[in-house]
Amino acid sequence: MSGFFAMGGYAWYVWMSYGAAAVAVIVEILALRLRRRHAFDTARMAQDADAAGPATRPLADLRSNG
Amino acid sequence: MIVNWFRYSSPVSFYPLAGRLSRAFGVLAAGFTIAGLYIGLVVAPTDATQGDAYRIIFLHVPTAWMAMLIYLAMAFWSALALGFNTRLSAMMAQALAPTGALMAALALWSGAFWGRPTWGTYWAWDARMTSTLILLFLYLGVIALRSAIDDPRRADRACALLSLVGAVNVPIIYFSVQWWNTLHQGSSISFTSAPKMAMTMVEGLLVMTAGVWSYCIAVTLARVRSIIVERERGSGWVASLIARQGAR
Repeated sequence: MSGFFAMGGYAWYVWMSYGAAAVAVIVEILALRLRRRHAFDTARMAQDADAAGPATRPLADLRSNG
Repeated sequence: MIVNWFRYSSPVSFYPLAGRLSRAFGVLAAGFTIAGLYIGLVVAPTDATQGDAYRIIFLHVPTAWMAMLIYLAMAFWSALALGFNTRLSAMMAQALAPTGALMAALALWSGAFWGRPTWGTYWAWDARMTSTLILLFLYLGVIALRSAIDDPRRADRACALLSLVGAVNVPIIYFSVQWWNTLHQGSSISFTSAPKMAMTMVEGLLVMTAGVWSYCIAVTLARVRSIIVERERGSGWVASLIARQGAR
């Protein structure tokens, strides 16, 4: 098993290559999850803003801004 | 059987199809990649001249192929988007760019770590490497251009033009090892001659290619779904989608 990880003396090169690919895949999949969640959250907020009605929304904004 | 392809050119009907396909290709990607890694890192024999350093081929070649192939796919969808002004084509082009950039980066990275033990250098300004670096910059350029333009429809057209002009780089990469005297070796596998390596190595390479290809399809389709929700959020069907299934 240690022979497998040693890669005949080329462990640094082989595992830096495959390790980077593994990290990249994990990061890409996590980024996709975040993007999906963000897309839905933004869409829901926009929808709620519409549901509140065009008349009440600017007033509410005015009030919160003083 | 006649499939009405135009049905799937609308984001509404493509959204659920993309979800099913993305999951299916995700399963395929996991299966092929595990099998390919097993063949490449465990079963395939140590190379007589390069030792175990050659095993980087099972990552390097599939990612390099996909970097070029994804660029062609991006240019294809860009051409459709420009020619027919279809929203979904532009969204597909948009979804392909990050994964293409990732594949180009991984091809360059693994190439550097393969070059060091075999050629004695991580990097050389050789025709194949330089043109692949330009490919990475083209992907990053397309992504940056999109984020620089606020109006998505204008961004679609600008990105489509850049993608199409940049497509000239793909044949340059592919033929660079023939056109110029490069440090990079010629093709290991071609359509015209027998492979220049042991059969187990070819098998490992093909299985890994199937895995990386499936992965790229799976993540691109997952990304295009988010893009559809981002860009169609004003429409009624996205509203009912949110109401129906919530965030996840």
